[in-house]
Amino acid sequence: MSKKMTLHLRIWRQPGPNAPGKFVTYTIRDVSPDMSLLELLDVLNEELIKKGEPPVEFDSDCREGICGTCGFLVNGVAHGPKRGRTACQQYLRDFKDGETITLEPFRAKAFPVIKDLVVDRSAFDRIMAAGGYISVNTGSAPDANSIPIPKEIAEQAFDAAVCIGCGACVAACPNASASLFVSAKIAHLALLPQGQPERVRRVLRMVEQMDKEGFGDCSNHGECEAVCPKNISIKHIALMRREYLRALWSL
Amino acid sequence: MVFWPRSSIAKKFLNAVTGIGLALFVIVHLAENLLLLTGNPDDYNRWAHFLHSLGPLLTVLELGLAAFFLAHIWSALLVYWDKLKARPQGYRVYRSAGWTSRQTLSSQTMIYTGLTLLAFVIWHVVTFRFGPYYTVMVDGVEMRDLHRLVVEVFSDPINVALYVGVMVFLGFHLRHGFWSALQSLGAYHPRWTAVWYSGGVLVAIALAVGFIVIPIWVYLYL
Ligand code: HEM
Ligand code: FES
Repeated sequence: MSKKMTLHLRIWRQPGPNAPGKFVTYTIRDVSPDMSLLELLDVLNEELIKKGEPPVEFDSDCREGICGTCGFLVNGVAHGPKRGRTACQQYLRDFKDGETITLEPFRAKAFPVIKDLVVDRSAFDRIMAAGGYISVNTGSAPDANSIPIPKEIAEQAFDAAVCIGCGACVAACPNASASLFVSAKIAHLALLPQGQPERVRRVLRMVEQMDKEGFGDCSNHGECEAVCPKNISIKHIALMRREYLRALWSL
Repeated sequence: MVFWPRSSIAKKFLNAVTGIGLALFVIVHLAENLLLLTGNPDDYNRWAHFLHSLGPLLTVLELGLAAFFLAHIWSALLVYWDKLKARPQGYRVYRSAGWTSRQTLSSQTMIYTGLTLLAFVIWHVVTFRFGPYYTVMVDGVEMRDLHRLVVEVFSDPINVALYVGVMVFLGFHLRHGFWSALQSLGAYHPRWTAVWYSGGVLVAIALAVGFIVIPIWVYLYL
């Protein structure tokens, strides 16, 4: 049995989209180091509810790092200290006993705060709706597999397709650019035969929508790659730029 | 569809192409100025005289260079402006995750090092291109004595210090700029990108040191 920990949580509390927010610090004693960070928030929220105070709002769903629902900044890093993980996969053993952990929502004009640590990421949905789809009928699974795809290509496409759309790339980017997300979506379809019919339209429309949503431009800081829970490489951003050039040529 | 030139990607194409163009100019400019170190002032003046003998061709080159500067600054300012708009409320606590992040002091200060370079370039063109017109006879031809002007400007330690400082900024600008330009143009390679990224340091140091040596040399020995 590992020793129990005491942790201080400095959390951004904001009652609503247009209400001013502020940091509030809470202390939680005697917690197991094997608890996850979100479980620590659950414990805190139970205490707050017992006291009749509003609980801390945060998003989560699968809690196993696959759905992309959770996410906020932990001590200044999107999703927290352990790389290649979502916020729900961060554990208290990776923090120091007695430490103050700062939790702040993802910040971007295109990701307005709804409440506390919850932000509105529907801008991503609108980018997807602008072109992140295919319209060919791929049939049922065996039919889809009847199109031969070289292993390297399938793997490259999968490297991009693992994007769970959590928005950490935007949150960590000094420019609040959505380039890693958008490029992953473009790359995964551009590499596969099913993605060919809309290939030109897709990149132009998705980029246009990304710009409309008010995300910043990519300055190649590469910070997105370093916080991505799925380790998606900025090579996809380069690919998106090549796709864009290709699309301009073919207009 | 609006994709030119306000699209986030087109902006970076323009910034990268002009950035590379400016970097190539800077390399050529360094080579030209190393003529100051040959020990014979005529070498320097002869080259400058040759450039001016190009007449309208030189004017075209000069205007082209100015256009590259303007397009570079314009696209850079657009990127910066969009960045300011994209996150109206900043983080109270923010730090780089490290690891594969290419966020460096150099990448964070592009706009400041760039604007310093802009101020410097204006001062530089005013002092040299439009500076005092001394003349000298070389090979029986009367020509502008730019060598004398350079020696005069760099006999003032303040000018030398300013110049050296700005060249450190140039080094910083290119440390991120060099690899960033390639990435902006979509040139990513699993192996070569690492080489460009690290090579950027060497390019930056080589150019900065080259330009730092010249004024110090002129101050000390000419
Ligand atoms: C004259 C004033 C200058 C300003 C205001 C300026 C500003 C900038 C800025 C802000 C960026 C980053 C753009 C971004 O974040 O995406 C940049 C990139 C760059 N700059 Fe400059 N710069 C200037 C001069 C120069 C000079 C003299 C050179 C050449 C030696 C140069 C070479 C580059 C390169 C190669 C890039 C990378 C392009 C890219 O990332 O796509 N710049 N510049
Ligand atoms: S809650 Fe699903 S990824 Fe974290």
